[in-house]
Amino acid sequence: MKVRQIVETAYRATTEEQDDTVIWISHAMRGASAELGVLLTGNAVNYVAGEQDGSGLMLGAWRQTQPPAPAQDLAALMRKDVPVYCVREDLAERGLMECKLLEGIVLMSRNQLPRLFGEYDQVWRW
Amino acid sequence: MATKHTLTFVLMDAPFESARTTTAFRLLHAALDRGYDVNVFAYEGAVALSFAKQAQHPNAVHGRDVAQEDHPLSKNWIAALMAHARTRGADLKWVNCGLCVDERGVGEAIEGAQRGSPADCWKMAQQSSTTLVIPTK
Amino acid sequence: MRGYLLIESRDPFESTGAARTCELAIQLRAAGHDVALFLVQNGVLAVRSGARRTELDKVLGTKIEVLADDFSLRERGIAPASLSGGVKAAPIDSVVERMAAGWNAIWH
Repeated sequence: MKVRQIVETAYRATTEEQDDTVIWISHAMRGASAELGVLLTGNAVNYVAGEQDGSGLMLGAWRQTQPPAPAQDLAALMRKDVPVYCVREDLAERGLMECKLLEGIVLMSRNQLPRLFGEYDQVWRW
Repeated sequence: MATKHTLTFVLMDAPFESARTTTAFRLLHAALDRGYDVNVFAYEGAVALSFAKQAQHPNAVHGRDVAQEDHPLSKNWIAALMAHARTRGADLKWVNCGLCVDERGVGEAIEGAQRGSPADCWKMAQQSSTTLVIPTK
Repeated sequence: MRGYLLIESRDPFESTGAARTCELAIQLRAAGHDVALFLVQNGVLAVRSGARRTELDKVLGTKIEVLADDFSLRERGIAPASLSGGVKAAPIDSVVERMAAGWNAIWH
């Protein structure tokens, strides 16, 4: 069974969790031999932007020692043979087409989604 | 003989935060009512849905004591659906993501709720007709 | 070909996401899939007959079945008689039936 994971909301409790929880569970399921693909849409396309830095949070004497690093985590997923797609229009709306983006992601237009979905047995939108 | 279906649901919302929780439980009930087996993988905040120490309270705004208010508790919803499943010859399997349980300190779950991992989510999904993820916002 | 059940829970006047769901429904239908749109929770706010026109109208112009959760409608005081043409009030079982039939169920 192949599943397409759609990630639509970025930075959802990522500081508290030190991870994007959908990228994280994708890693965990891949570790259990799941066949997956990831599609970033909406504001989650920002995860492929360069220069993201979620470090430095200090609350009283508490310091975050393991800040989230979604771009690196996506790169690691790709190294595990999980393709990562990104909706071109969502990048463009946010001015990201002019920025340095994570290498290896596949850009696609929104109107190509049905074809992409057809390549998977199920589509899970998180 | 009618085909026995299994459906899997992945939930993310903590109790008392969103209409999604009520809708999710309505779906579970509808599936069990048809005699389908149902798997639930509770992820993130949803692991608190089965927390055994949820407690009812009175409602002074409405002048209701604890008994009168009869406040819903998701742990009671789960228990009711597990009982309902049995009357329909079905099974409700409730699995909480263990790491999510640990970080939230909700390890005391009601009887029947199990601790698991994303590997269990994947396994349950493979054994189902389909899986519905109800994401948090 | 697998059917697609798109479940829209959000108010279309709140964000663009609901419009994207409608757009996806039309694209999937054009690609030859069976598609149904199930509106639930604040997603049913789109279906009062006097509501400002939204992307939902484009869906209603196709062969996509548009269903509105009866509980959500009642909760919001939307009577079946006041639904936009083409929208049918439906029980939550409509979701479970399609899931059992192997449809892809995608929540927004």
